[in-house]
Amino acid sequence: MRRDIFQAVADPTRRAILSLLVTGAMTPNAIAGHFDSTRQAVSKHLQILTECEVVTPKQTGREIHYHFNPEKMKEIDIWLEQLRKMWEDRFDQLDNLLNDL
Amino acid sequence: MTNNFSFEADKETKQIHITREFNAPVERVWKAFTDSKLLDQWWGPKPNRIETRIFEFKVGGTWQFAMVTPEGQKHWLNAEFTGIEDHKAIITKALFFDGDGNPIKDAPNWYRNTTFASIEGNRTRVDVEINFEAQDTFDSFAFGHGGYFKTGTSIGYDQLDELLTAE
Repeated sequence: MRRDIFQAVADPTRRAILSLLVTGAMTPNAIAGHFDSTRQAVSKHLQILTECEVVTPKQTGREIHYHFNPEKMKEIDIWLEQLRKMWEDRFDQLDNLLNDL
Repeated sequence: MTNNFSFEADKETKQIHITREFNAPVERVWKAFTDSKLLDQWWGPKPNRIETRIFEFKVGGTWQFAMVTPEGQKHWLNAEFTGIEDHKAIITKALFFDGDGNPIKDAPNWYRNTTFASIEGNRTRVDVEINFEAQDTFDSFAFGHGGYFKTGTSIGYDQLDELLTAE
């Protein structure tokens, strides 16, 4: 299932998981240890984050470590920057027009 | 004189708030937002321009236009006016469509609430609040639909990427 990157950051637990993973890759058990939620709930969050491609699970031996993917997070910022620029340019054009009205 | 432009995005609520001040009275700014001949002159950020097909400025009316890129690509948008308060507010619901009037599948809807306020010195402050619908909004905007937002400014990013890779 393909998901929207906004879904990754829409939930407070997922944001907390991301902040944890920024400091280094972790196993699901280690991540779950930081939260009061059940393992299943954490595992569901990890699944969503994986589908958003903001984290990547990597198998090392018998364990799976979840890695943070900063590139994906940067996409939001790049898009927002484009949108910001678009509105800035648009309003600059309106300035010019208002002078002539 | 500063125009106090600000652009704030709340990623969690998918809400964007844009503010800008104009050195003109509300009546004139309102006119620029509600007269399609004037909109055609400024709404499309260069190098893009817009081509308006339908403009019915009334509640329930629509504004159909294409954003035309320098390469001649057209991205059709349909904005429905869902609320109008004379010289104060314009509320629209917007969506992408294929040019034949059919909404593009999986494309996002978004809502825009534009308010106009008279400020000191016979000037006007415009506040634009944009709310996106949740599902796939970001991906659709950033990467779908022929890259609606990839025109123009993104060329700069591609060049930056190249530069960063080269170093």
